[in-house]
Parts: sequence; C-alpha cells; structure tokens
Amino acid sequence: MTTLPKQTTRKLGLVIDLDTCVGCHACVVSCKGWNTENYGAPLSDQDPYGADPSGTFLNRVHSYEVQPLATSSMPHPAAQLVHFPKSCLHCEDAPCVTVCPTGASYKRVEDGIVLVNETDCIGCGLCAWACPYGARELDAAEGVMKKCTLCVDRIYNDNLPEVDRVPACVRTCPAGARHFGDFADPDSNVSKLTAERGGMDLMPEQGTRPVNQYLPPRPKDQLDQPKPVGEIDILAPFLAPVMDEPKGFLGWLDKALERI
Amino acid sequence: MHPAPSVIVFTTLSGLGFGLLIWLGLGLPAVTGWVAFAFFVIAYGLAVGGLMASTFHLGRPQRAIKAFSQWRSSWLSREGICAVAALLVMGLYAAALVFLDMRIPVLGWLGALLSLGTVFTTSMIYAQLSTVPRWKTPLTPALLVSISLAGGALLAGQASAALILLPVAGVIQVLWWVRGDGAFAASGTDMASATGLGGIGSVRAFEAPHTGTNYLLRELVHQVGRKHALKLRAIALGLGFILPVLMLLVPFTHAMALFAVISHVAGIAASRWLFFAEAEHVVGLYYGKR
Repeated sequence: MTTLPKQTTRKLGLVIDLDTCVGCHACVVSCKGWNTENYGAPLSDQDPYGADPSGTFLNRVHSYEVQPLATSSMPHPAAQLVHFPKSCLHCEDAPCVTVCPTGASYKRVEDGIVLVNETDCIGCGLCAWACPYGARELDAAEGVMKKCTLCVDRIYNDNLPEVDRVPACVRTCPAGARHFGDFADPDSNVSKLTAERGGMDLMPEQGTRPVNQYLPPRPKDQLDQPKPVGEIDILAPFLAPVMDEPKGFLGWLDKALERI
Repeated sequence: MHPAPSVIVFTTLSGLGFGLLIWLGLGLPAVTGWVAFAFFVIAYGLAVGGLMASTFHLGRPQRAIKAFSQWRSSWLSREGICAVAALLVMGLYAAALVFLDMRIPVLGWLGALLSLGTVFTTSMIYAQLSTVPRWKTPLTPALLVSISLAGGALLAGQASAALILLPVAGVIQVLWWVRGDGAFAASGTDMASATGLGGIGSVRAFEAPHTGTNYLLRELVHQVGRKHALKLRAIALGLGFILPVLMLLVPFTHAMALFAVISHVAGIAASRWLFFAEAEHVVGLYYGKR
C-alpha cells in the first residue's frame, strides 16, 4: 500500500553543507556512475554526444547568487555564490508515495528510505508532479521513475569495506560537504551537525517534512566593511626580524669571523 | 506543466462522455432500443476513447492493471476503479435498455453516481497537488464536474438543463482563472523558501545544474504554451460556453445542436490546454523559472 508508515524506526538521510560545497559536481558523477550499474534500471542518456543531450540523474548541483540588502553601513554588500546539491530528501510526509496508483513507490518502515519498485511502476509520472523538489525523473529509455535510493545497495552491503558503506555522493565529496546518518538518533553525526549549524528544511510550507537537512552558508569575509581610520600595515608584524643579533661569546665569534 | 495532447484529449473527451452517461443513467432522455444504442455508443466512444488516450502518456502501459490497487491513498487509482465500475454498471443498464426495452432505475442511478465519481476523482488528481498552486483549490473539482454536467446535458439534448449549467460552468471557469493568476504568489513558496537562502538576501539562479534540458524542465516547467493565453481564454469562453448557449436559444434543429456540441468541445479543449500550459510547478523555482 502506498500509505505512509506512521513512523519509521530509523530516519536515514543526508546533511548537505552549503558552506563547504565547492560546486565540483563530483557527487553528481559518482551518483550516476554507481546507480547506472546497480539498483534497478540504468540511468539512460539521450543524444549524449549530439546537439541536444539530456539524461536521467538522481542528484544535481544548482548554483545560486545571493545578494544581501544594501544598508547605510554596508552600501555595496558583496553577492555570495552558493552551490546547492539537490537529491531526494526522503520526506516523512512524502507526497510522491501517496499519489502512486500502483504501490510501486513506498517509504521503508525500517529506515525511512523512499524507494520505487520498478517492476510495479507504470511510468504515469504523477509522483514527479507531486514532488516539490524535482527529485524524481522518468527514465526516457526504461519508462519507469528513477530516484535517489540513498545507495541502499551500498549502505548495507557487507561485500564493501566499511568505509564505503555510505552513499556514493557522500563517499566521493572532496570538500566533506555531504554527511550521511540517522536523524532518529539525537547523538548521530547528522543530528549534531543539524543542531549546531541550524540545519533547515527546504520549502517547509509544502508540509513534506524532509529528512535531509541543509546547513546554511556562514557569513563571508568583511572586505566590504568600512575602512578603519588611519593606515595599518597589516603585513608589518610578519616582516619583523625573527632572529636577534647574537650576544656574548657567539656575538664576539660572529664579529671575529666577520673580520677575517 | 507540459500540455501533453494525450492528457488534454483524455480529460476533454472522457469528461464529456461520463457527463452524457450521468444524464442517460438518470433517464434523461428516457430512450430505449436503437435510439438508446446510438446514445450509448457516443457516450462509450468518448469515455473509453479518452481512457485509451490517457494510457499513451504512460511509460509502461502494459502494467496499467496494477493502477487499480492503491485506492486507499491514490486519487489516480480511485479514478481508474470508478471509471471501470461506471462503464460496467452502465453497460448492464444500457444492455437492458437496448435489447430488452427495459429501464432498471437502480442500475441507472448507480451508474450515474459512479460516472460522476469518475469525473470528481479525475479532478482530485490535480486538485490534491500542493506543488501546482493553480490547481490546489476546491474550484478545480467544481470546474471539471460542472463542465462535465453541462457538456453531458448538451449531448443528451437536455436544453433547459444545459441553459442553466453552461452559464454556471462558465462563471466557475472565470473564477478559476482569476483565482489561479494569484495562486502561485499566495502559496508562499518562492526562491527564498526553496533554497532556504532568503535570510541572506535575494536569491537568483546563477548556473543551472546542466547545460541541456531534462525531464523536469520538459514535463513540469513547460513555458511555451502560455503564449496567447489571454486569446485562448477568450476562445475557450466564447466557444465553450457562450456560443452553445446562444445556439440553444434559437429554435431547435439537429444541425444547430451538432454545431453547439462541436463548438463546446473545441472551447473545452482550449480551456484544458490552458489548464496544463498555465499551471506552474514549484520545482521551476530551483531553475529560476516559473
């Protein structure tokens, strides 16, 4: 049944740190690489080397420019560039699950992962309509709905070394901007990160109660602040001599050797 | 939203077909024999033709039978069940009328109720979606049900009923448009809430995640169809509601009735095109689009 479980034993999900993401798209590539040859149908591309390439991806990185409001103390605030990875948020009130007519979409009771049973999917696309985040894409070759599985075939996989039992995007991120864990456990890494850094829901007004949390970017440098009065040589302390002239016996030796 | 021809044809024709079945189920007109046969052929042609068209947008139509299983949560599943039940019950009712010259009122009422239920469940597939603020309103079922009843009355030759229902549907249509134009802004979902970055400043999409297009942009952020929206609204209102009413007011001829039906269907098809083409999905915000 595509009714949602009242609650799940664990709440597995991701924390995405918008402060440290550098927008390299490595998570996009590793996600496609892993998921095109593992769980379910491959992630197909259409016209990949032609003029109008497109394809199925489970994770995409947007980039936004955020322009702070000008104030009298900061008349020309610098715009901030924020890279924004986006994949399925494994919502607690997942609207994509309840609209499914066949029962192909479901939310797992044991860990809260939202999955699609591809042998039941008729490719009607209604779940993609119901998702506000664009997390679901209908594969044009296979005719079934594809979405992030939280790498369910990695995280419980005893054939992989333990360090690899995390989603491919988390494992590959060179900036450490993606974290995987259990949000139901208040002492987990993801719960602590969310609490300490003020993790936020995307589109909270949609009432989906997403599990994945986003950490807001920290304030950037203050180069656009008013200049301090008078001139300060900020490099001077670092250019001062680091070694004093030798004294005593070493001083005599130094001078004596100098004279020769 | 992408105005897929299959979905536009489906909602237009099946709405009209089930609308006709509602009137036939109520015994209006009280036909039997070959006249009843002709009426039911038209009704089933529209309803079944529409349902067949709707399977064309499925990625895996061969598994469509599975869509009857999730009636407890899914409006799409409920629609499928209602449609099949309505067609089966009305089939028995029609067989009795055509071959036995016998009207079984209970079957007719049940069939009419199931036909009405089919149109209502279809409308709820759209009205349930918070992601499309233009659709998320009780006016959406009101619109689709009133159009179906009005079109059905027109096809069933119920001129006096059509003269009331067509203007009612036309007014709901205008209300639906007016409310819809401000619905996205009123929904509270914008780029600030989508990205969570609104606290820092105004958010602008700087770079898309991909250079080409993708499924989401094709299916949910289809902006092309909104061109000429105002002209199409005028066409929908004129052909769909006003012209058929004028044609009903002049003395009845079969040719005039046929023109009224054709005009109505053309107008409703234009209205249905706008229903999808003008609908803005919130996912467009992630791309800086509406």
